[in-house]
Amino acid sequence: MRRVCMCFFLLIPFVLIFQGCGGIPRDALSMNKATLEDRQLQTRVFDTSDESKTLSASAGVLQDLGFNLDESETDLGLIVVSKDRDATEAGQVFLSVMVAALGGTQAVYDTTQKIRVSLVTSPVGENGDRTAVRVTFQRIIWNNYGQVSGREKLNDPKMYQEFFDKLSKAVFLEAHGV
Amino acid sequence: MNRPVNFIAALYLASSCLCFCGCESSRSQVLATHESQVKLRSMQSRVFDTTDKIETLRTAMATLQDLGFVIDKADDVLGSVSATKLDRYAVRITINVRPRNETQMFVRANAQYNLKAIEDPEPYQQFFAAFEKAMFLTAHDIE
Repeated sequence: MRRVCMCFFLLIPFVLIFQGCGGIPRDALSMNKATLEDRQLQTRVFDTSDESKTLSASAGVLQDLGFNLDESETDLGLIVVSKDRDATEAGQVFLSVMVAALGGTQAVYDTTQKIRVSLVTSPVGENGDRTAVRVTFQRIIWNNYGQVSGREKLNDPKMYQEFFDKLSKAVFLEAHGV
Repeated sequence: MNRPVNFIAALYLASSCLCFCGCESSRSQVLATHESQVKLRSMQSRVFDTTDKIETLRTAMATLQDLGFVIDKADDVLGSVSATKLDRYAVRITINVRPRNETQMFVRANAQYNLKAIEDPEPYQQFFAAFEKAMFLTAHDIE
């Protein structure tokens, strides 16, 4: 046990020295194979030239889903929203408590998450007679010690499908003044 | 019997202290850069042959979404767009667009990776390669 402790302390300065290393991943700012797929997944085109109405219908759907508006810029067709939600998963808590009990340590599990969404509209088609809507989701997760335990983009096709189904309905309702 | 061990421990502690006493206060980060101002500007900036600021900003947002970013803020008067990419790491980027002269638009991008500024030309080259494709225009380096 003593030897383990000693090794641990000897390693600390090296960890401190090397933690600054490791640059940006190679593909972080470049297009790759998944780019086109993602674009298709995240975009729908609506048969309307009224961009601001599409934008307000989108804002309505995001509000339906419990998001709060963080930022908007209608001239550029942008809405940014977010919501804070519970991230506790019973399975993870159980596993973490079991491991902690066996190892005599503190249990660490996810507790909260912030889901962020940006939605951008743009005129498409020859005369700008149609409007494209592209939406992107991401989330940050915190554990029970308030530390960030995960950050990721959300790319589940079902989620996008469901969102656009709701948006199609909303665009229709908005067009008919409901 | 313990003397050599104590000596080594003392030596180790002393060298660790020396290692850390050269460290600066974290306040020095406020105005810190590693590269010269001129070099930074040239790697982060490009010029495009267009006068349409709104279209340039919209293209910047589309490119950022293509690259997996979620837009944080945009302002068409100021000509700026900020966005964040989360993929275990975090990259935060701000794009600034302003007219350069009667026929050209000046575009500058600056980004940070986790807790560090990106001061390496390659990521910016990659970004502008994607951006010029979306613009259907060639990016010129600033002279």
